[in-house]
Amino acid sequence: MTVHSKATAQQKSIGPIGLALHVFNALGAAVLGFLEKTGSFSIFVGRAVAHCFMPPFFGKQLLRQLIDIGYYSLPVVGMTAIFTGMVLALQSHTGFSRFNAEGAVAGVVALSMTRELAPVLAGLMVAGRVGASIAAEIATMRVTEQIDALTTLSVNPFKYLIAPRLIAATLMMPILVLIGDIIGIFGGYVVAIYNLGFSQGSYLSQTWDILETMDVVSGLVKAGVFGFIVAMLGCYHGFNSQRGAQGVGAATTNAVVSSSIMILIFNYILTQVFFS
Amino acid sequence: MSKTKLKLSGVRKAFGSNHVLNGVDLEVESGKSLVVIGGSGTGKSVMLKCVLGLLQPDSGSIKVDGQETVGLSANDRGEVMRKFGMLFQGGALFDSMTVWENVAFGLIQGRGMARNEAQAIAIEKITAVGLSADVGNLYPAEISGGMQKRVGLARVVATAPEIIFFDEPTTGLDPIMADVINDLIVDQVNDLGATALSITHDMASARKIADYVAMIHEGQIVWHGKVGDLDHSGNEYVDQFIHGRADGPITRRAA
Ligand SMILES: Nc1ncnc2c1ncn2[C@@H]1O[C@H](COP(=O)(O)OP(=O)(O)OP(=O)(O)O)[C@@H](O)[C@H]1O
Ligand SMILES: [Mg+2]
Repeated sequence: MTVHSKATAQQKSIGPIGLALHVFNALGAAVLGFLEKTGSFSIFVGRAVAHCFMPPFFGKQLLRQLIDIGYYSLPVVGMTAIFTGMVLALQSHTGFSRFNAEGAVAGVVALSMTRELAPVLAGLMVAGRVGASIAAEIATMRVTEQIDALTTLSVNPFKYLIAPRLIAATLMMPILVLIGDIIGIFGGYVVAIYNLGFSQGSYLSQTWDILETMDVVSGLVKAGVFGFIVAMLGCYHGFNSQRGAQGVGAATTNAVVSSSIMILIFNYILTQVFFS
Repeated sequence: MSKTKLKLSGVRKAFGSNHVLNGVDLEVESGKSLVVIGGSGTGKSVMLKCVLGLLQPDSGSIKVDGQETVGLSANDRGEVMRKFGMLFQGGALFDSMTVWENVAFGLIQGRGMARNEAQAIAIEKITAVGLSADVGNLYPAEISGGMQKRVGLARVVATAPEIIFFDEPTTGLDPIMADVINDLIVDQVNDLGATALSITHDMASARKIADYVAMIHEGQIVWHGKVGDLDHSGNEYVDQFIHGRADGPITRRAA
């Protein structure tokens, strides 16, 4: 009641100065809100990382997450990699044949897979699969007070829920991407040999000639960072979920969207760091 | 007078402009059961969460065994937490675990007890709350609400806490089941010799499990006394609440 009457009083007395104040008010609130969010996120990240290195460790939870995040993501990452490798071979062949440069196909497939496509696409797929499920699971636990229950039973939720997911995602993503590299190059190889008429020996030797350790390593480092991003944002949005089913839905969406965007941003930053 | 186990003074908590607790003063004697009654949304759950350290009060003091717990470091907070047990309003059972793993959770993960040993205790507690031992192998989603409350109670008492908090232990249950839960609470609390702080708006439950009753309204304790004095408290808030009258000093905000 009182709030209402205040608001109407404000609306009546609004002039040009009042309007300007209104705009500044909103602007200030937005900036403050943003700073507060970044601050609370940074504290969350700090705490989460610290708890990864402090005992007690929950080995069984870690094992579960390694299997959940690593093993069960294999089909998704494998499918993504093989079709990406195949289409890369096809596309680069049609492109390069205009310049009589078909010999570059093997190189294009190998470099694009290892440096960019395997880590980024695997990262995005894992963001959809793992990030969403982390966020939904933790948000549901938040909403149903299971996280509070953990605390009252003397178990730190950062150690029990968050650390295992962070560690598992950061360790498993590079392994997934390494497998994705191999499968993707194999996909390109199959198309090149059976569809485009390349000879087996020359395609493989071209692949080996062009690939350098750094190409693969940079992709794997990216993968580790992407894994960390996916798990961290999944945990963050889940942990800070609003009440109710709507809160869980919003947490899941926010986790997937924000981690996908962060993956693309960090991919650029890391590429800059590695190759310039 | 025996010694004070838990003491809240001037506890305040606001969420933005929503001032939920406006200086709560409360005291529970060791081994006694205090029930806080009050309407929905008056901040009963928030008060418990402040005591448990799940929420940080804006100001005020919360003492457990004379030790200040507001602003404790994470380590010391862990020590205090071992004295606590909490039965959550919604049960808060871990749905990824079986019933016995839920009950044994605090022992295995919180106290580092061996699995077999903890399982034996868990089964014992499950039967103590009137469930058959096979229920231990079901998942929380597979059992009824009443059974979930029992499991929640078993989980709370498994770690033998010194202070147990009950957040509306009987809401959502039929009157008979509610009474069964009340009996179990009284039994289990007496067995442990624990101190109990419960919140409820179920008067039958309050009368059964309380030694003392306090009434919370608009974030403050407006009355407290012995459960026997409830019917002649001379307090108009309490009178209105226990008789469930629509008119009186407690008015519903038209929101
Ligand atoms: N985490 C939170 N963030 C923001 N507001 C909250 C939070 N928890 C509780 N509140 C607000 O605090 C008020 C009191 O909530 P609380 O859950 O303590 O009520 P209650 O007395 O336990 O009611 P009920 O009997 O319905 O359980 C409500 O207005 C609620 O919206
Ligand atoms: Mg409540």
